[in-house]
Amino acid sequence: MTLTTTVSPEKLAERRERRQGLLLVAPAALWTLAFFLIPTLAIFWLSLFKKIGGRIGDELTLANYERFATQGYFRESLFNSLELTAIVAVISICLAYPLAATIAFRVAPRLRRLCLMLAVLPFWTSYVVRSYAWLLVLAPNGVVNQALLSTGLLSEPLTLSFTKGATILGFVHFFTMLGTLTIYASLARINPRLILAARDLGATQWQTFWRVVFPLSIPGVVAGVFLIIVVTIGDYVTPQILGGNNELVLPQTIIMQIQRRADIPMAAALSVSMMLVVSLAYLLMARKLTAERS
Amino acid sequence: MNGRISSALITTAIIVIALAFIYLPVVTLVLFSVHDGRVPVPPFHGPTLEWYGRILGNARVMSATGSSIVVGLVSSVISVALALLAGWGLSRHRVPGRKLVEALLLMPLAVSYLIVGIGLMVSFSDYVPKSIGFVVIGHVVLNLPLAFAILYVQFDTAQARLEAAARDLGASEMQVFFRVTLPSLKIPIIAAFALCFTFSWDEFIVAFLLSGFDPTLPVVIWGLLRTGLDPQTNAAGTLVFLVSICFALFVELFLFRKKPND
Repeated sequence: MTLTTTVSPEKLAERRERRQGLLLVAPAALWTLAFFLIPTLAIFWLSLFKKIGGRIGDELTLANYERFATQGYFRESLFNSLELTAIVAVISICLAYPLAATIAFRVAPRLRRLCLMLAVLPFWTSYVVRSYAWLLVLAPNGVVNQALLSTGLLSEPLTLSFTKGATILGFVHFFTMLGTLTIYASLARINPRLILAARDLGATQWQTFWRVVFPLSIPGVVAGVFLIIVVTIGDYVTPQILGGNNELVLPQTIIMQIQRRADIPMAAALSVSMMLVVSLAYLLMARKLTAERS
Repeated sequence: MNGRISSALITTAIIVIALAFIYLPVVTLVLFSVHDGRVPVPPFHGPTLEWYGRILGNARVMSATGSSIVVGLVSSVISVALALLAGWGLSRHRVPGRKLVEALLLMPLAVSYLIVGIGLMVSFSDYVPKSIGFVVIGHVVLNLPLAFAILYVQFDTAQARLEAAARDLGASEMQVFFRVTLPSLKIPIIAAFALCFTFSWDEFIVAFLLSGFDPTLPVVIWGLLRTGLDPQTNAAGTLVFLVSICFALFVELFLFRKKPND
């Protein structure tokens, strides 16, 4: 081990190490850069041009955003998306929380894993297939209507499919499973001694829940809500299959601009607005999300 | 005693109602895939395997199944390989701007699939023809952050000590990677691969925008939906569902078995 160079061996080793590190990271970083970051920036860039006739004009303009702000069709789709996301988030968390809490605190420990696994197994269905399955359940002569008709509760079948309610139900079904997972993860991490201590100090069951358990489970709730926002606001499939063609949401108008109007710049502007909503949600929740990680 | 019984009853009731809601669409889908009738609605007749026979004899569905398998395998291998190299590089070497690289690699998780698909379509459609190759590129974008998140945390201090021991015993960097790191991370690597495959297998919108004339299975099923409720769609959906479930159960039962009840 004799080195006779002018550069100190430590420096040399460090330089070699850095180069090795960069080489190892490069393929993943370049892939993400080329096929994710640059395309996403391209969406921003394209949104600043206007489609004139069959081609894209070469002047920078905010015309697409102006159309967005002034035309009811676009504004409504943004509003519908926000409303849908809010309703879905609230209902899903309200269903997922009791389920997660029941599994975490009331089910016998040896059955917990089985219960959790059963509760999230249909999560692994393609969303196209899952939405179709709800169509079967909600059809005018489907399972729900026939069951209600046969009990005599109804005389006419209800219109359940191709409604906003159907879209909400499809999303809520999926996010009840997802929310159960994220909320269960933070409930399971709570030290049981904290709960015993609260009880020892005279807190009622209700007080223990609201002042000890619930605050500690907030990271799981926030993680769930963030995932719900990202997926719900960006999903084209569920509203398209279950909602029919009324009260269009943003992804539907985006696909419409691409497929029917071939207006890529307008689709890009709508996509940018979607990203802004998600970024805003992220900024609002960032602190809680990072608290979750640490 | 009474209180305890009613408490157990409430617990059971909550679990049963929740599972009934969660399984209602799945059970309906599977049950009416063996329904002996043209429309998959009650009352149930059957069972019959006619619809499975038809779907398996459908050339379009079978070629899409092939495409889906190819896209799933290739995109998962690339995702896991890139994630593994990046995880190894970031945790074992001093990489300048480490935090920035981590953020870049995880960023696609916060963007919806629709945006990823549109971005690729508008940026590369002049250079890359719509094809399963294009879908592979997109699916790696979606799955790389997932594989990276799973594998990066595995390069912890215990793992580092193991590698240091191998180095002390005279192993070269290559030998350490192939004879220590890879074998000891076997289970998380297989888990990451299975998850990536499942996500790719189920993914619709990116494949819809980028596959062109060589659609994957979810895109073909999307096309089948245009004919309305049809037991053949039930059969195809059930098969897709079964494959995903097998992968999910495989990960759950064989790979994460030992994990304690935390």
